[in-house]
Amino acid sequence: MSGPMRIATGDETIPFTFDGTTYHARPGDTLAAALLANGVGLVGRSFKYHRPRGIMTAGIEEPNALVTVGKGGRAEPNTRATDLFVYPGMVAMSQNRWPSLSFDVASIFGLAAPALSAGFYYKTFFGPAKHWMLYEGFIRRAAGLGNAPTEPDPDNFSQRAGFCEVLVVGAGPAGLKAALEAAEAGKRVMLVEQDAVPGGSLLRDPDPSIDPAAMVEKIKALGGLVLLRTTASGYWDHNFLTLTQRLAEPGEVPAHGFAQRLWHVRAGRVVLATGLIERPVPFANNDHPGVMLSQAVRSYVRRWGVLPGKRVVIATNNDDAYLTAAALVAAGAEVVALLDARATGPAAPAGVTVYHDARPSSVTGRKHALRKVTALIGGSEQSFDADLIAVSGGFVPVSHLHMQAGGKLEWNEEAQAFIPGGTPQACETIGSALSPPPAPAVAPAGKAKKSFVDFQNDVSLADIDLAWQEGYRSVEHLKRYTTLGMATDQGKTSNMVALSRLAEKQGVTVPEAGLTTFRPPFTPVTMGLLAGAGARNAGAHVRRIPLHGLHEAHDPIWQPLGYWFRPRAYPVNGESLQQAALREARTVRTVAGLSDVSTLGKFEVSGPDAAALLELVCATTVGKLAVGRGRYTFMCREDGMVSDDGTVWRLAQNRYLLTSSTGGADRMAHFISYVRNSLRPDLKCSVVNVQEHYAGIALAGPRARAILAALTGAEPPRHMGYAPATIVGVPVHVLAASYSGERAFEIHVEATHAAKVWRVIEAATRAEGGAPYGLEAMELLRIEKGHVVVGGEVDGRSTPQDLGLAGMLNKAGGFIGAAGLTRPALSAPNRNNLVGLISLEGAIPEGGMLIGRAGTSPQGHVTAAARRILEGGAIALALLEGGHKRHGEELTVTSPTRGEKARVRVTSPHFYDTAGERYRD
Amino acid sequence: MKTPYSAFSLLRGALNGQKHWEPAWRDPEPKASYDVIIIGGGGHGLATAYYLAKVHGIRNVAVLEKSWIGGGNVGRNTTLVRSNYRLPQLHNFFEFGLKLWHGLSDDLNYNVMFSPRGAMFLGHNDGDMIKLAERGDAMRCDGIDAELLSTKQIAKIEPLLDLSRSARFPIDGALIQWRAGTARHDAVAWGYARAADALGVDIIQKCEVTGFVRDGNKITGVETTRGRILAGRTGICVAGHSGHVAGLAGLKLPIESQTLQALVTEGVKPMVQSVVMSQSLHFYVSQSDKGGIVMGGDPDNWPSYARRGQPTIKEHAIAQAVTCMPALSRLRMLRTWSGVTDMSFDGSPIIGTTPIDGLYLNAGWCYGGFKATPASGWTYAHTLATGKPHALNAPFSLERFMTGATIDETSVGPFPNHR
Amino acid sequence: MYQITCPHCGPRAQTEFTYERTTDSIVDPAADAATAMQALYTRANPMGLDDEIWRHTYGCRAWMVLTRHRVTHEITAVKAIGPEALP
Repeated sequence: MSGPMRIATGDETIPFTFDGTTYHARPGDTLAAALLANGVGLVGRSFKYHRPRGIMTAGIEEPNALVTVGKGGRAEPNTRATDLFVYPGMVAMSQNRWPSLSFDVASIFGLAAPALSAGFYYKTFFGPAKHWMLYEGFIRRAAGLGNAPTEPDPDNFSQRAGFCEVLVVGAGPAGLKAALEAAEAGKRVMLVEQDAVPGGSLLRDPDPSIDPAAMVEKIKALGGLVLLRTTASGYWDHNFLTLTQRLAEPGEVPAHGFAQRLWHVRAGRVVLATGLIERPVPFANNDHPGVMLSQAVRSYVRRWGVLPGKRVVIATNNDDAYLTAAALVAAGAEVVALLDARATGPAAPAGVTVYHDARPSSVTGRKHALRKVTALIGGSEQSFDADLIAVSGGFVPVSHLHMQAGGKLEWNEEAQAFIPGGTPQACETIGSALSPPPAPAVAPAGKAKKSFVDFQNDVSLADIDLAWQEGYRSVEHLKRYTTLGMATDQGKTSNMVALSRLAEKQGVTVPEAGLTTFRPPFTPVTMGLLAGAGARNAGAHVRRIPLHGLHEAHDPIWQPLGYWFRPRAYPVNGESLQQAALREARTVRTVAGLSDVSTLGKFEVSGPDAAALLELVCATTVGKLAVGRGRYTFMCREDGMVSDDGTVWRLAQNRYLLTSSTGGADRMAHFISYVRNSLRPDLKCSVVNVQEHYAGIALAGPRARAILAALTGAEPPRHMGYAPATIVGVPVHVLAASYSGERAFEIHVEATHAAKVWRVIEAATRAEGGAPYGLEAMELLRIEKGHVVVGGEVDGRSTPQDLGLAGMLNKAGGFIGAAGLTRPALSAPNRNNLVGLISLEGAIPEGGMLIGRAGTSPQGHVTAAARRILEGGAIALALLEGGHKRHGEELTVTSPTRGEKARVRVTSPHFYDTAGERYRD
Repeated sequence: MKTPYSAFSLLRGALNGQKHWEPAWRDPEPKASYDVIIIGGGGHGLATAYYLAKVHGIRNVAVLEKSWIGGGNVGRNTTLVRSNYRLPQLHNFFEFGLKLWHGLSDDLNYNVMFSPRGAMFLGHNDGDMIKLAERGDAMRCDGIDAELLSTKQIAKIEPLLDLSRSARFPIDGALIQWRAGTARHDAVAWGYARAADALGVDIIQKCEVTGFVRDGNKITGVETTRGRILAGRTGICVAGHSGHVAGLAGLKLPIESQTLQALVTEGVKPMVQSVVMSQSLHFYVSQSDKGGIVMGGDPDNWPSYARRGQPTIKEHAIAQAVTCMPALSRLRMLRTWSGVTDMSFDGSPIIGTTPIDGLYLNAGWCYGGFKATPASGWTYAHTLATGKPHALNAPFSLERFMTGATIDETSVGPFPNHR
Repeated sequence: MYQITCPHCGPRAQTEFTYERTTDSIVDPAADAATAMQALYTRANPMGLDDEIWRHTYGCRAWMVLTRHRVTHEITAVKAIGPEALP
């Protein structure tokens, strides 16, 4: 029996399954440790050639051993077996193989490898795009790794903000010391560690003088926050970091409903104690199960009591691997050879033969382990029977966060490694990342084609050479052409090996060859975690109008409007939306209706310069308004386009109320504040946003005046007049404004008293035969009247002139947008102008195109379509090229996407009561 | 003459270790002068050089790249290709490009992996659906494909979308452009570079323009980190950094640079068939050939030249995407990147002449430059070759901001951050 | 994610703030059309420091001028809005 095994069995109490077979793990085992303990060396298949792969590392840098873990909506594909702690009942499956891991049909891709060189797909599969899609279909199915779950995620993810004076990343010896010192100095400390236990390299190389658990307790006792199983994954501007904390292992049912927690941390100072990652060694078949990093071997032996092999060859260019030899010997394994690429080295453990100037050139293997290691020793080949090779090609400082922070790297020739240098942020790196052991460059032995650099993506030395040959010579080109470093491990083990090869090709030093940048995340982050609670609602809150509950009692159809919800119609007796809207609109035209307009933008502007401010914001005159009067107004952007409209009222000598559209209310509040504070801080006035202070009730229809008079006990103001009043003891503002074309009032009342007022108005209206009406009826009414709406005719591309509003412009100028309006193209004759359309034949499709004859380009489009409310017949508003001068013309409205068409006559946009007689009492 | 790319040639390479491939482009020393210099070796610059040589026979052309070609926005986008714009100037321009995309791999003898898998815009309420119909109708009237989809039809294409009525933003339908899709972004830059190089264009990397050579109101060349190079005509093509380079010539542009972030998840087996976008929710999602889910959202809404995003912007886009497609929840964000985008002040590009003789400008692509690569190259080449804009890019002049003939697809107005 | 020191509230997360425009793109409503359009449609857009108007929208709602580096994102000065903070 050869291959991996547990050194001394006992305490294997945790059952789990891998590919359907049940095994047992010890507490604290990673899946990788548990699989090795159970003799399983073959764990996955590679991305491109489907080569058999085992466990190469003992940490987050693992490129090969990826599994899907968990069931249903909790399944997590592509989970590293080395970064997954076994829990009872864990279900893990290998990936990217069919029908089984040991017999994978797609491994025939390996036979085609000579033709599937780097970037092969750029050189073939030509022809029409449709043909490529056919090939692509095969490629897509062969690619990918695991399967995404198809069921909804049953778990939640939490998010939390953190603040600290010192954030220490990494609870190895250096990180523990730094965190404890900072805590002892009275600093607010956070210490994060991606592993499940503190210790870092101490877990592999224990130091009796350091007790990680005790240090953690001390830090906690001093008020520090220690987060295990937590990865600092992103380092952003101004010392802001994102941490991902696992509250349950991947695929595990979380104890409290939350699978993970995302931390947003602002740190005064950041200490990076992130350590080193070992470099693999390129040689032929260096991807086979049984090829493992030297420190990983030591970890399995010492931390987990697992022997990854019994007859072991060690290949190194540094002293550290000698410790692995000692650990293996102590655990009872046979170290058949220690291949040291250097001419000299330290003393070897007893019984270990050291070969100097020796490099592995190839290995052969069987399913779960190696069979033979061949080495080039001083120029001649020699083979060893071995089931494992432990390799060390030197060490790479983990500088990802340092680089994300904008830090520089410095080249250390002795260690052939980039060391973290200066950073623009309050951040420093400490510990082993600053002093990797000396490890000279070693020229690889063995066939380049089979010497893998990026294991997961099957990028070999030959692929790097080919990219170079074809001119992809910058490191970024190399990476993109070969897909090097683009796999789920993001090149943690491959980057430096590839850079060395590139430098060798260019005949330059490694730093001259260049370096790719590291961007967040350090290790992959679950999307659901980043979405947080927003995953349920798209991160959008709900804004409710004050009378939401009251409307709810009528069971209306709700209309989402931005974050608001407004009643769209109040159907009765099984009416459809259209039927209800038409009934409601008819009620308004013939009796009276009431509607909730609480979401309108509302601003109180007061002070001696209030009118001056309003004449900046509004494009119409305001100053001449008499007290107690109001008028329609509109606002322009600085480029002259109409941005919003509403009404402005002079409540008192120096006090105005401005209303604006619902959709534009937040933008308008921001804009007015900008004008007030940035543009004209000299004006003596104040602006208060009273949008949500007041609820608004529109009362419209021929009976509206009488209803209101009865409720207020006073004569309501005439059209466009303002009067304060009281309804059931509640003070209200009555604005005699009309959107519907009927005699109408907006009654604005403090939101807390709105229900009381609505109830009596509704009762009085119903008593007259009226009813509440919703947005859909309002739309029918305003289209018939020819009022524009923001988001419809006011489309952000239309000038006052385009919308027929030029006559209302403040002739004195000086308003915002006046300068923009002087540009010549804004008075061109072929601009889109607001017109009305009357159907001669067919219903008019809203959004449809206006064309002269079939096959010609559109001359405009329908912005809103409706029907005459009492008379029937389809009408619409439209924006039409040169439309002001085309009344009477006949055109076609066409909607090819809906297969609809209508013949229309162009008219004035005002279909109803053009003389305004309905406003008179 | 380069070895043409073909399956046969690849098989030949299988026998010789692929030893017969030449460099895809040369690495020439800059000459003292060129007929045309294009500043910027991104997709647009390389495409411009290619069409200058191929369509206009102007081969004495240099593309100057401060770093490595394809390293700007062509190498850091989400690879979407579509022409489904509402405004005619835009959809006609992008449609011309889409037609070029459909034949691009053959034309360049380089598989750019253009994959017309369809791009759908989701509608979340009646208002959205009417806007989508309006867009589709405008396109159809100009001969561009667009189709409204019911939720049943959507379910057949993208079964993993949450099509339930109880969703926070229920999906009511979609507008799909079937001829739209994705392409392999790097391959576009490399394919154009290889084809342009074969026609004699000099692609000069690590050559940063540091100033302009001026003769009165005429630009006659550029100063670079590799010396002075003279040119009959000089074209700026450095979207993302247009403000900076135009500034070297004393021009101030209607452009502010913003960071746009994107991300890709770990690879999984096929789960997203088309390109799914929601303009109401501001996210877009597709799946790469390697299986990664590629997605993006809104730009960081303030000026920056840093290729470094703000994490909460990304988290918001992810929340929107996961809400619409809950199956994304357990995938993992693998890699993030950012591009610096030229946000123009009406949301549309600028391709044309400048107030300075001999100097031309291609800029202002906002977050939509990748899909424009062939059309941009074609029309810019025409402009550089003839000194006048092509009919397709005539509307996209620099003067339009002062004359008022802006092309404001999203109705945002002059401040890109006022979205 | 910047940390912006609001002159009124102290250091706060960037998510509480909104960017409005650069100070050189303030359009004076009293300016002639050419000057106004110049302010509206041209930007230095420097790869360096620029003065920008921001608002503590989701905080005290006050306006301020940030001097901010467009590449390093360093904020070198924050001033409450007012004549001395504006050009």
